[in-house]
Amino acid sequence: MEKLSNRSKLVVNKEMSFKERIYLPAILKGMSITLKHFFKPAATVKYPEQTRPMSSIYRGQHVLKRDEDGKERCTACGLCAVACPAEAITMVAAEREKGEEHLYREEKYASTYEINMLRCIFCGLCEEACPKQAIFLTDRIVDAEFGRAEFIYGKDKLVEPVDERVDISQRQIWSYNNENA
Amino acid sequence: MFGKKVPLSGRNKQMVKIVDQPEGYEGQGFFATSLDKVIGMARANSLWPLPFATSCCGIEFMATMGSNYDLARFGSERLSFTPRQADLLMVMGTISKKMAPILKQVYDQMAEPKWVLSVGACACSGGIFDTYSVLQGIDRVIPVDVYVPGCPPRPEQIIEGVIKIQELAKNESLRRRNSDEYKRMLESYNIETK
Repeated sequence: MEKLSNRSKLVVNKEMSFKERIYLPAILKGMSITLKHFFKPAATVKYPEQTRPMSSIYRGQHVLKRDEDGKERCTACGLCAVACPAEAITMVAAEREKGEEHLYREEKYASTYEINMLRCIFCGLCEEACPKQAIFLTDRIVDAEFGRAEFIYGKDKLVEPVDERVDISQRQIWSYNNENA
Repeated sequence: MFGKKVPLSGRNKQMVKIVDQPEGYEGQGFFATSLDKVIGMARANSLWPLPFATSCCGIEFMATMGSNYDLARFGSERLSFTPRQADLLMVMGTISKKMAPILKQVYDQMAEPKWVLSVGACACSGGIFDTYSVLQGIDRVIPVDVYVPGCPPRPEQIIEGVIKIQELAKNESLRRRNSDEYKRMLESYNIETK
């Protein structure tokens, strides 16, 4: 038969030498490799106590941003829900009443905004679709839970508190660089 | 660009964390506590997982078992590839409708007490695969104890899920698996009870 490549090696079933037959040198060689690892620093990160460095543009739990005055940016246009490949986002739009100008930036806002975290695949298409820079993914990870109901994240968990802003500047820089690349 | 760097401590700098002792009476030369707590502690710290890995979440599970995250620290050193000797069923990946009876059979074959951890969007709810062929969440066929979201979840999230399962195992009453409520729950999933 014609050779397919010249990398093939001929197998020789030669008799083993005395050194090979007693196996001790091979065992000692293996042991020395094991022993070497006793003196190397351990690779393990003790997770709940220690954490591993993580990319600052990691796509984790979503945040609904407020503007500089603390008004919600989302206008419930529904583009994120349309863009979502997993259909994890639902919202109900409502009209801003008089006296609520300090709460919502525009005349229309989302009275309920829910993301099903079990459906969500954290692809970031909602963030890309948003024309109002309202929704962003952050580097917070979503916790494991006992029941399904806890995974429907409403506005209470998604909208950032006025006094505890979520920093998304790294993601904005990243998407700006990507667009102008 | 990357987050704050955490110094990875060497072997000699590490603190060994030991499991807390349960509540009980202590005195000179004796320690008395309830059987529930001792068994719960033993169960929680030697969960043998059965990895039911069908797709990419399984790769993430391999990272969890690897030396960087090392699930063995939680007493899950020994993966059981037979359901008969497993305590924890970890379902990782898309379960199609044809796979569902097999998953149910695997759950059936496990001995009590058993827990189920559902890892990833596909196993929890079907994820993006809202189609005719994919099971919309494994809790359609078997009861699930802890859900881990993500597509796929990070090893940290899987570890968090295992810690939650440990919490369940630790605080479970010994009579729970014999209770009528538990039997009724299994019957609601059409799982035979002996």
